[in-house]
Amino acid sequence: MPAVIDVRELRTHIVTRWATIKAVDGVSFALEEGETLGLVGESGSGKSMTCLSIVRLVPRPAARIVGGAVRLDGDDLLAKTDAEMQQVRGRKVAMILQDPMSSLNPVFSIGMQMREPLAMYHDLRGGAVAARAAELLAAVRIPSPAARLRAFPHQLSGGMRQRVVGAMAIAGPPRLLIADEPTTSLDLTIQAQYLGLLKELQQRHRFAMIFVTHNLGIVARTCDRVAVMYAGRIVEMGPVRRIFTEPAHPYTRALIASIPRFGARRERLTAITGQPPDLAHLDAGCAFAPRCPSAFDRCAEMPAEADITPGHTIRCWLHGQA
Amino acid sequence: MTVLAIPESTVTPRSTSRLPVVSLTIVGLFVLVALLAPLLAPADPYDQSLRLRFRPPVWEERGSWAYPLGTDRLGRDLLSRIIYGARVSLAAGVVTVLISSAFGAAVGLVAGYYGGRTDAVLMRVTDATLSFPVILLALILAVTVGPSFTNVVIAIAVILWARYARVIRGQVLTLMTLDFIAQARIAGAGAWRIIMRHLLPNTLNTLVVLITLQIGYVIIVEASLSFLGAGIPPPTPAWGSMIAEGRDFVTSAWWVSFFPGLAIMLVVLAFNLLGDWLRDTLDPKLRQL
Repeated sequence: MPAVIDVRELRTHIVTRWATIKAVDGVSFALEEGETLGLVGESGSGKSMTCLSIVRLVPRPAARIVGGAVRLDGDDLLAKTDAEMQQVRGRKVAMILQDPMSSLNPVFSIGMQMREPLAMYHDLRGGAVAARAAELLAAVRIPSPAARLRAFPHQLSGGMRQRVVGAMAIAGPPRLLIADEPTTSLDLTIQAQYLGLLKELQQRHRFAMIFVTHNLGIVARTCDRVAVMYAGRIVEMGPVRRIFTEPAHPYTRALIASIPRFGARRERLTAITGQPPDLAHLDAGCAFAPRCPSAFDRCAEMPAEADITPGHTIRCWLHGQA
Repeated sequence: MTVLAIPESTVTPRSTSRLPVVSLTIVGLFVLVALLAPLLAPADPYDQSLRLRFRPPVWEERGSWAYPLGTDRLGRDLLSRIIYGARVSLAAGVVTVLISSAFGAAVGLVAGYYGGRTDAVLMRVTDATLSFPVILLALILAVTVGPSFTNVVIAIAVILWARYARVIRGQVLTLMTLDFIAQARIAGAGAWRIIMRHLLPNTLNTLVVLITLQIGYVIIVEASLSFLGAGIPPPTPAWGSMIAEGRDFVTSAWWVSFFPGLAIMLVVLAFNLLGDWLRDTLDPKLRQL
């Protein structure tokens, strides 16, 4: 099956007065229709920057996409003009952000806000817009959708708002949905419902999904594959089962070991030693080496991406390197 | 026996929703008087009569109902002149504030939205503008082009927009960090759409409050300019120039300066109170305005 989204060697740099930060440094992955990739890693590892690079909304002028290719159904997004890119955003690539409290415009009713993308994408007018908007709200399981169109964001709960955002995201319907920690600020039961809803929408519309999170539990439940990011690179990527059962990279192992387990007889939670890397001053070698328990001489060089088994790649000298 | 006395609440909750009746009345009256001046004025404000100079208000000795607030140096009816003067103040206030708020808001929105160099340049221009005294600019205009209503409006608006620009830009900066702006961008909205549909509507509260507060300020500035002779030229009745005309006779004919001054004070106070109330009601976070 051809890839819906194919990201090759994507590089995004942030240039400040003091240093150039390689926020995304050669990230590659591809997703098929209906497939979900979990993008995990600590804060500042480049997860969000990767997503913003795909839709070309990195905070300018400091951040710039300096290299690579992003193909959506074979179409290179990085080669498009700004005007062409506006046609892609929302229609073909949609995004759901983290904070449901501020993701809707407080001064317009839900109906007014939903009218905007619908009018833009499908050229709908008048009653047809309201009907379609109500349909979309019904699709995200909002009760009495027609009445909700008149509600203002502050009258809805966080979970409801995030559903409205979801409804707007599938208005396209998109080929790729990027969900940037969409459930972080929802409480647990609502979180589970929302994840179920996203999977359901995905099955109906067959879009590819990138799921950014640092909650590994959510990854296990929703994703087909996982990409672990560290200091702007994907250090390990593979099918969910394999990553959880046989993590190969020392960083992935440490991440999985640090998940608190119910019933585990441990005094303290396992934490990864050391500090997150200073992206402005990275050495030439593996960025995780200073915190890595198994680091050795060779880690001063940058390891290349290598396959352990088909579909399971890693950047580490410990594995699969000749 | 103990009786539990429940003390009447000594601290009344500060109700911000209660309408500010007094200021609304004054502002309403002011607008009405300005609009209906020809119907309300008992006499022609330009009608001079040297025989009737310095007639005192009606309650003083020698006062008469023909001139309820007395007459000025040229025997013109003071009440009629104050009524007509309201037109000048209202027109100057409204026109100036509308021009400067539209321009200032546009600058603030653009600066806040684009940020970076655009923002830096626009804000330096704003700072420079704010450091320039209105009165000086008006005096320069009055001396070079001659005093007129248009020049007063230009002089004030050319400076006043900067305040709007600064406040609106600050608000836009906070709005820009909110997800709904990012979400709109991701949905494919362009700069124009985001500014008009998302940023501007969210700054309207601030804009309304600022406009109300600034009308009072503009009325004061216009009066000061007229007082200095750089504003509305005589014989058009403007409150500021009326105060100036009575200035030499304060000891003998206090009313000539007093009543226009009172009018200015009441109207400006009313606008300020109204603005404060609007601010507290619409958005209590706007304390800095």
